[in-house]
Amino acid sequence: MGMNALEEFRQSVGPHGPVAVVGGRTRWHLGGSIDPQARLITAPQGIEALDPSEMTVSLGAGTPLDMLDKALAEHGQEVALAGPPGATVGGALAVGHDSLRRRRIGSARDVLLQANYVDAQGELIKAGGPTVKNVTGYDLCRLLVGSLGTLGFFGSVILRTRPRPEITMWLSGPTKPECFLTEIYRPATILWDGKQTAVCLEGYQEDVEKQAQKLHALGLETSSDLCPMVLPPHRQRLNGGPLKNGTVADVGSSVLYGPQPAEAPETTPGVQRVVDRLRHQFDPEGRLNPGRNPQRMST
Amino acid sequence: MPDQLLAELREALGTKSVSFGGAAQLLYSRDSSVFPGGQPGPVCFPETTEQVVACVQAAVNHNRSFVPRGAGTGLAGGAIPCDDPVMIVTTRMNKILEVDKQKQFAWVEPGVINLDLSRYLLGTGLHFAPDPSSQQSCTIGGNVANNSGGPHCLAYGVTSAHILAVEVVLPDASVAVFGDPEGPAGGYDLRGAFVGGEGTLGVATRVAVRLTPDPPAVRTMLLDYQDVGTAADTVSAIIGAGIVPAAIEMMDQKVIEVVEKFIKVGYPQDAAAVLIVEVDGLIDGVEHEVERITEIALACGTRTVRVAADEEERARIWKGRKNAFGAIAQVKPGYYLHDTVIPRTKLTEVINKVYETAERYDLLVMNVFHAGDGNLHPLLIFDPQEEGIMDRVLAAGEEIVQTSLDAGGVLSGEHGIGLEKRRFMDRLFSENDLDAQAKLRHTFDPDERANPHKVLPGGSSCAEINHMDKPPEGTWV
Repeated sequence: MGMNALEEFRQSVGPHGPVAVVGGRTRWHLGGSIDPQARLITAPQGIEALDPSEMTVSLGAGTPLDMLDKALAEHGQEVALAGPPGATVGGALAVGHDSLRRRRIGSARDVLLQANYVDAQGELIKAGGPTVKNVTGYDLCRLLVGSLGTLGFFGSVILRTRPRPEITMWLSGPTKPECFLTEIYRPATILWDGKQTAVCLEGYQEDVEKQAQKLHALGLETSSDLCPMVLPPHRQRLNGGPLKNGTVADVGSSVLYGPQPAEAPETTPGVQRVVDRLRHQFDPEGRLNPGRNPQRMST
Repeated sequence: MPDQLLAELREALGTKSVSFGGAAQLLYSRDSSVFPGGQPGPVCFPETTEQVVACVQAAVNHNRSFVPRGAGTGLAGGAIPCDDPVMIVTTRMNKILEVDKQKQFAWVEPGVINLDLSRYLLGTGLHFAPDPSSQQSCTIGGNVANNSGGPHCLAYGVTSAHILAVEVVLPDASVAVFGDPEGPAGGYDLRGAFVGGEGTLGVATRVAVRLTPDPPAVRTMLLDYQDVGTAADTVSAIIGAGIVPAAIEMMDQKVIEVVEKFIKVGYPQDAAAVLIVEVDGLIDGVEHEVERITEIALACGTRTVRVAADEEERARIWKGRKNAFGAIAQVKPGYYLHDTVIPRTKLTEVINKVYETAERYDLLVMNVFHAGDGNLHPLLIFDPQEEGIMDRVLAAGEEIVQTSLDAGGVLSGEHGIGLEKRRFMDRLFSENDLDAQAKLRHTFDPDERANPHKVLPGGSSCAEINHMDKPPEGTWV
C-alpha cells in the first residue's frame, strides 16, 4: 500500500455525491443505515511498516483487524482495538468502541496517532503525526475516532502498538465484583451477568497466578484463556439497578450488553448545537456515509 | 476601555473579582514563556460556572475576545493576551468537588493545582497520572488546555487519556458537558477534540479526571553511559524488547554536572549521559523487568546499573531530574527550549545533530528529556546581555526544529503551539491539513473569540504579537 493506493482512494471518494465506505460490514447498521443512493467504496489494505521499537504500525484502513493482529503477534505486539471477526481497522476506528480489555490496554480513542483521510471535498488530509507523543495543533485524530466516517474516510493510519501480555487467564464464579475490586490490581476485564462474574487477568505469569489465588479464595475458579461468558450483541449505557436477565455488565466501563438494540441517550441541546456546527464545518452536504449518525450510538 | 464592559463584569462578579490596570495588567500580560507580553483587558477571577458565563457573555456583548488562563506556567505563549481581551483567570475555581473511589474518577474545578490533587488523593490508593514538571504550580484546567505530559506519560498516556468529561463555557456563552465520567459516551468525541485546544475552544469549568490505581511496587533505576548514543540505543532496545517502563528520562553530561553542583544527588559526574528508568506494577513483574532491563542495558554497553534500594534513594534520583531546569539557571541566565518529538530510533542521530548545530553557532546546549517517547528538550543556554546572541540562538533553534522534522518528528510533545510555534506549523501540515484543523476550531468558536491568534498560523491583525512570532532579545521560552 503506497501513495498510489491512497490517491486512488481519494479519487474514488471524489468531491460530489453521496458516498459510503465499506469495511467488514460487521457493524454496518450502527448509528443508522446507509442511504441506498450512496456509492460504495473500500479503503486501501495492507501493512506498510511495523516497528516494535517505535511502538507504531502504519497500514491501510481497509486492512482486516485479524490480519493486523496476526502480524503484530509475530512481534509480541498488539493494538487496543476490537471488533467482530471480519472487522477492518478503519471500521474499528470509525466505530470507536473500546476493547473489553480497556482497563489494561487503554481506550480505542488513544490508539490513532496519524490519519490520512479523505474529506468531504475529496481532499487528502493528514491529521496528527507519526510519533507516540504529539500535541502539535488540534486533535483531529480523537475527533475522527467514533465518528462513523461522517467527517472523513480513513485511507491510511498510524497506530500505537503495545506489548502483548505474557499470559491471559479468565476466572469465573458466583462472587459479586464489589467483593474483590480492591483485592486485585488492574484486571483487564470484569463482567457480571447478575449471577456470575468473569474476570480476565493479564501480565507476567507469577503476578497473574498470585492474583488468581486471591480470587480462588473468594470463590472464583480459573476457566481458560478465553472469555467464559457469551456477550449479547447490543451495547447500551449501564444505568444502575439490578441487571435484567440476559444482560451482561462490563464493570468499570458502564457498558451493558443486551439482547436488543437500545435507544441512544438524548443529546443535550448544548452538545447538539456543537454537533450541528461540526457536521456543517466538515460535511455541509452530508455526503459522507449519509444515514449514519454517531449521536444515535447508544454508547 | 469602555466603562460599560467593566461595569457589566463587576456587576456579575463583584468589584473585587475584576481588576483593570495596575499590577494585574502587568502580571497577566504574559505567561512563563517570558515573551514580552500583550495587552490584557479586564482581568476576571470567577468562582463559579455562572460567573464564567457572565464573563464570556460580556465579551460577546462588547464584541471582545477572551483568554482563559490557569497558573500561566505555559512555555509557548499560549496564555498571552491578544486583541485586548477579557482575561478569565480560573485560579479561584480550585475545589475538588467529588471523588468516586469505586468508579475511579473525580470532578474538580479547573483551578485545582495538579500536585494538590495528588496530595489530596494520598492514601486513597488512587492518583491522577499526568505529572508535568510544573506540577507544583500548574492547574488541571491548564493541563486540559495543553494536553500536558510529564515523565510518567510514557506508560500511562498524556492528559487526554485521563480526562473523562469536561464542562465547558463555549465562546457563545452557552454551557455544554462533553464526555461521561462513568464510561465511554456515545456520539462524537467532543471531549477529545476540546482537550489540547489551548484555550481557543472555550473555558473548562469542571473536569472529570480518571483516577489510576497506585502501583503496588515501583523500582527506579539509574543507568550511566560513556556516550549519549549508547544511552539512546538502550532506550530503543528496552522498548523493542516489549517492556514499556513507567518512565525513561535522559540527562546529558552538562546537565549532570550542573545538577550535581546545585544539589548533590549522586549522579556519576564522569558520565556522558544517565538514564532514569522507572518500572511499576505487581511485584513479580516489576522484579522481572528490572532484571531484563539490567541485562539489556549491560548488553548495550551501559557502564553501571543502580537500582534504588529504598524510597529515599528513589526520591534522590528523581530530585536531580525534577530540579534540572532550576540548576541550569545557575550557568547562564537565559535559555531557549524546544519540545519536539522524534521517532525514538532516531535519538542518536538527532542528538548528535543538535550538538553539531550548537557548536556551529558557538552556543552551549544541554539535554534533559523524556527519552522513552522521543520527546526532546534541547536547551540552548546563553547570556542575553551578550551582543548579537539572540540571532544565533534563534537560528540554532530553528535548525533544531528542522532537524527534528526531517527525522520524521513533530513540533510539540507537551508544551503546545501557542504563539511560539505557529510559524512552523506549515512545515508539518499542508494548507488543506491546516484548513481541517481550522474547521475543528470553528466548530467550537466560529467567531474566533476565544484566545485569538494562537495555534494556527496566519490571519494575525494583532499588532503586539507580530514581534512575538520570534522571541525578542533577552527572553527564554
